[in-house]
Amino acid sequence: MPDKKRTVRVPIGPQHPALKEPESFMVDLQGEKITSVALRLGYNHRGIEKGCEERTYMQDLYLVERVCGICSHSHATAFVQAVEEIAGLEIPRRAKYIRTLIAELERVHSHLLWLGVAGHEIGFDTLLMYSWRDRELVMDLFAELTGNRVNYAMNTLGGVRRDIAAEQFPHILKIVDALEERTKYYIELAMTEETLAQRLSGVGRLSKEDAVRLGAVGPTARASGADRDTRRDDPYAAYDELEFRVITDDRCDVFGRAVVRLGELMQSYSLIRQILKQMPEGPIAVKAPLKIPAGEAVSRYEAPRGEDVHYVRANGTDKPERVKVRAPTLANTQSIAKMLEDGYLADLPIVVAAIDPCFSCTDRTIAVRGGRDSKTMGWEELVQYGVRWYRERGVDPSRIKVRGDESA
Amino acid sequence: MARTLWRRPGRMVPSLLRSLFRHPATTRYPFVKWVMPADFRARPVVHTENCIGCKMCVRNCPSGAIEIEPVGEKRFEARIDLGRCVYCGRCAEVCPKKTIELTKDFELAALDRKTLKVVYDAPPPPAAAANPEAGPERDAGG
Repeated sequence: MPDKKRTVRVPIGPQHPALKEPESFMVDLQGEKITSVALRLGYNHRGIEKGCEERTYMQDLYLVERVCGICSHSHATAFVQAVEEIAGLEIPRRAKYIRTLIAELERVHSHLLWLGVAGHEIGFDTLLMYSWRDRELVMDLFAELTGNRVNYAMNTLGGVRRDIAAEQFPHILKIVDALEERTKYYIELAMTEETLAQRLSGVGRLSKEDAVRLGAVGPTARASGADRDTRRDDPYAAYDELEFRVITDDRCDVFGRAVVRLGELMQSYSLIRQILKQMPEGPIAVKAPLKIPAGEAVSRYEAPRGEDVHYVRANGTDKPERVKVRAPTLANTQSIAKMLEDGYLADLPIVVAAIDPCFSCTDRTIAVRGGRDSKTMGWEELVQYGVRWYRERGVDPSRIKVRGDESA
Repeated sequence: MARTLWRRPGRMVPSLLRSLFRHPATTRYPFVKWVMPADFRARPVVHTENCIGCKMCVRNCPSGAIEIEPVGEKRFEARIDLGRCVYCGRCAEVCPKKTIELTKDFELAALDRKTLKVVYDAPPPPAAAANPEAGPERDAGG
């Protein structure tokens, strides 16, 4: 009997065994069933957007790259595309192809990582070991091509920093072949092995209507039958010259999300082969100005986890006036609550993991509306407040210079 | 789903058995050295003898990890905080004299942050050994 009094509220997180990142889920339970979930973000706020305003565009590139460890190239490319649009830079075709190559390799390593994490969350650790072993091939390839395993630092304003020599192509193809064979095995495994299918089918359901209404992106949306992919809908880099299929699935559950990601892996291998075949000759970068003319731009990018949006406003100096990052996980967090409803508590880790969350990328400052003592202050007021606060505690802040006073 | 129930249970067993006879995917790392590829970006090294003190690296460093200090006439000392360095290689890229080089030495873990601050001493005064009167003092006097 559903009885309001029998509802038990269980706080899961910020520190919890389900994920490596802190996030708080307030779960209302009736027996084993989840009736509602309240999420709270903001435990990992790092102030990157504000940090970007204090650094030059070139320095921002390396800061933005560190928004996310897994999709580092995604964030850097989304940012650099926005800045290039403001500055009116046309980057060389070869640079576009190299950016696309790194992007697809990144998708390969991200999806393999997800497959392992998903396996781990359902207690299938053999899959974790296998897929992470295979992922090492891509990581080593990154170290060779870009000079780092995680933060590739491949982008620069107006192109890319490193060329990929023709001698390296056979090695890339060899690794792609090896990975393709392994992925085929995983697909066969997912389709025939009862452990995966039984554990994942019907878990974390998200209908197509809900996916669209809640603004889900990436594999989460595509596994609910929402056919959206920025690479096709709003082509950037070299995607308009390449052939690929957008993988969708109508299972609407965690199994569907696994199927979509495995299918996307196969598409990525095909894309990498096409890129290496069609890679044009020419320069890899054009000269970029230090000062970017005033203007604003929004850049969309299909990260492995979904659509990544960067907004940059320039004011004519060498530093941006505003940088806004909308990480894919932020778009997908809304749908987590929907997926968990009417599910079992034991499914929470895999349902949350199924959107491939990256909470550190997502975290922004949060304003507590209507909370006790909450108040909005302007800069002047804040300075006055700070001066008063210190004076009450016996500190004389009059000799401390603040930014507002310098011009006076 | 029902059709998967009776089809091929234990699909992974052959693969598991094969893994029994394979070499392990891991290496005996600290005992067997791991060598990074040639262009790997790790510990930056400053060849101070070529430094002209333009401070392009200091201005371009995204994390403010580099300091260049003049210690004498046209002699500069470089200090790099490896704890702040993000190993992007931007300094090596912008240096007009190609003074900074990123080596592939990636084993930089330390127990104390202070040990991560590396100082690259300035080269000895050019004519100091041959002619003791040459050097900054003579300029100050003249």
